[in-house]
Amino acid sequence: MRVSFLYYEDCPSYDLALERLREVMDEEGVPGGEVEVIKVETEEQARELRFVGSPTIRVDGQDIDPPSGSRYALTCRAYRLADGRISPLPSKDMMQRALRSPAKSQPG
Amino acid sequence: MANLSPGDKAVPFELPGVDDRRHALEDYADKEAVAVVFTCNHCPYARAWEDRLVEIQAHYAARGVQLVAISANDVKKYPDDSFPRMKERSEKKGFNFPYLYDESQEVARAYEAERTPEIFLFDKGGTLRYHGTVDDNYEDPAAVKAHYLREALEAVLAGRDPSTAETTPVGCTIKWK
Repeated sequence: MRVSFLYYEDCPSYDLALERLREVMDEEGVPGGEVEVIKVETEEQARELRFVGSPTIRVDGQDIDPPSGSRYALTCRAYRLADGRISPLPSKDMMQRALRSPAKSQPG
Repeated sequence: MANLSPGDKAVPFELPGVDDRRHALEDYADKEAVAVVFTCNHCPYARAWEDRLVEIQAHYAARGVQLVAISANDVKKYPDDSFPRMKERSEKKGFNFPYLYDESQEVARAYEAERTPEIFLFDKGGTLRYHGTVDDNYEDPAAVKAHYLREALEAVLAGRDPSTAETTPVGCTIKWK
């Protein structure tokens, strides 16, 4: 399984998101447990990487929370939690679902 | 770092609001406390906290507290922060405070605000009494342990110094032109 973590440094919670991702991978017993960490620094890089905001997490190339739009930019990403609240961080549930069934996610 | 530190005087401003009126800081000179909040539409941190700001305004309005929100982001790069979108956001979320557009970014630069959201709380005399974030948990309002803005408001309304006068603002950077 290939897990990628893309972030933009200006968004302050990327370290928490990465820590959460590693925790969930440990809990889920993900083989290898390696995360490819990619720092996105330019708008051009954002377009090339189809980066819709920080943090973006992909499992085998699939976004864990497929974005509705395709505006690629150096920005912070809003995640809608199960109860409807907006959070700058993806929830553990989102990560767990993606790690358990990566094929069900959509390309990100 | 912000240009203002606790003890400094407010920088006056006059900006257009989503209600199509112009709002000056001095319009609120009769208030017991004014919280100038740099915020925006698109930032998830601003969006995570905006309901709490609405609650704070509702809770403290009768005690003479006024929140004034200002969006200063470059709308060419972040079209979700445009003035028409600000109007939509204010209506959708039921903002009970003015939401002002700092198109030239002069006010944000004068305050040297850096993040959205970022709060500057002034007392009735226009002296900065608290600067920083809303509370210590953007992700879960039920898990907040330190209600910085509410605690600062209680102190100011009681004529005391806030026990915490400054915290690090947490949010997206202001998008400069």
